[in-house]
Amino acid sequence: MAAFSSRSCLQYLLHLAQDNLDFRLPSPFWCLDGLSEEDVRSIMARSVCAKSAFELWGHGQTHSELRTSLLNFPSDIMSPFMHKDSTYRINVYTFNKTLLFTDRIKRIDALEYLPFEGTVSLKNPQHIFCLLEDYGTDPNNIPEHPIYIYFGRWIADGQRDLIRSHSVKNRHFIGNTSMDAGLSFIMANHARVKQDDLVFDPFVGTGSLLVACSHFGAYVCGTDIDYNTIHGKGRSSRKNQKWRGPDENIRANLRQYGTQKMYVDVMVSDASKPVWRDAALFDAIITDPPYGIREATRRTGSHKDIAKPAEGVFEESHVPVSQAYHLSDIFTDLLNFSAHHLVMGGRLVYWLPVYRPEYCEEMVPLHPCLQLISNCEQTLSSHTSRRLITMEKIKEPEEFDCLAHLSDPRFSAYQGHNAFREKYFCGLNKKSTKENNKSDVSGD
Amino acid sequence: MKLLTHNMLTSHVKGVTKGYPLLIKATEVKVNEVEFNPQFVSRMIPKLEWGALVHAAEELGHRQDLPGELVQDFEKNEDFLKKVHRVLLEVEVIEGCLQCPESGREFPISKGIPNMLLNEDEV
Repeated sequence: MAAFSSRSCLQYLLHLAQDNLDFRLPSPFWCLDGLSEEDVRSIMARSVCAKSAFELWGHGQTHSELRTSLLNFPSDIMSPFMHKDSTYRINVYTFNKTLLFTDRIKRIDALEYLPFEGTVSLKNPQHIFCLLEDYGTDPNNIPEHPIYIYFGRWIADGQRDLIRSHSVKNRHFIGNTSMDAGLSFIMANHARVKQDDLVFDPFVGTGSLLVACSHFGAYVCGTDIDYNTIHGKGRSSRKNQKWRGPDENIRANLRQYGTQKMYVDVMVSDASKPVWRDAALFDAIITDPPYGIREATRRTGSHKDIAKPAEGVFEESHVPVSQAYHLSDIFTDLLNFSAHHLVMGGRLVYWLPVYRPEYCEEMVPLHPCLQLISNCEQTLSSHTSRRLITMEKIKEPEEFDCLAHLSDPRFSAYQGHNAFREKYFCGLNKKSTKENNKSDVSGD
Repeated sequence: MKLLTHNMLTSHVKGVTKGYPLLIKATEVKVNEVEFNPQFVSRMIPKLEWGALVHAAEELGHRQDLPGELVQDFEKNEDFLKKVHRVLLEVEVIEGCLQCPESGREFPISKGIPNMLLNEDEV
């Protein structure tokens, strides 16, 4: 019998979750070609957006088409999973429609033309199959019949359980702007974080991004200008708690998830004045820079204005006089830093806050040494959003690359970005801009 | 602060050109057990300034038998990798400071965390 090449004509079906819709095409069903089962398993071992993956055996717009498609599927691919000593189970999944139990049974019975020879086992079957029906994406207009139907052999589930297990709700140490678990893992995936990488976050805050990266086997380090956050001191961000406890710091967060051994260091440092020697040190730089709304944008510098004192007075936490760190400078510095300190092929992943009415693609900062890989919008409100930007280092920096943006015609479009903070607040009722709220942790 | 981090840090005091490596003045050093991962150590070695690592380990009194020169074919040399692992990841400065070799400016280390912030008049 000829060995079957699994990389040839098999299609796989990914069933995607209904969240972060901005990051993908509208349909939750996605067929993939040209992959092997091993590839699909690797994807599912990392994805927090995909619920399940199936080896696609048949599909069609009607059950009749599905049947034709299934009868045409090579029986030698089916037979290893159908033989009489095996156990199996068929699931029925309907997207955008609730099905009565009796209707589910009817659909399973209707598949009797398939050559199942094994025994049904609901509890612990060796093989699981799934009939998936797509009833469209409009919850207010659900058709009587599905618009598309798929049938396949279940391969693997995605890592969506990480969203629950790593929820910020249950994390020891959080801040007002801790990144939710799902997005942290998405960012780690965008950066292609892998085992034995060294990852750096220059605006580390409470370390949410480092937690996600450590889960994928990377060693992690970070810096933040805020002494209290790095040391785990000061006011708590939890509703019923006034001050942070002794075990609240980034290291404790990693310990909570069993990845403490991936902790390298955190430091109090100003990201605009990097402290690293000029070498390609990091495999990835993943960060959520301040937008100037819920946490201040700051940098050290001589300035006549005195900054407001930090909340919670701790003697050692002397913060040198802060000056406003203009948003556009943050990103120019970040891209330049990445060009110098990423390994070749390493990635920078960060959030860019955007005032939607004035957004244009020219506002996305560029750098001659970095290639823009993706730009995914997450809407925050009617007039604001943030974009997850992924860039990859493609070239070593030369002397004047850090100034390239000044001669770039798009530079003036980007300068307008500095007004993001003002524009954000103009859209709201007049409120105190001083950060005085304790966030009611809504987690993920 | 671990010596892996120290190896990558440099002084950013204004006007300083020979700010690497920072001198370490430690008043409390701890040695923790960290799971040995030969692949990670092998990947880090090419990024290190070997002389600075040895010197730092010496400053802390934890050099032990770490060789002064990088060993050839270190990827397969588990004994060597274990020595490097100990020095990179297991030795931690808990209290003390880092000192710029040119200007003498000190950056305090407290609870294992260096504070690299410069003052208003230094930037």
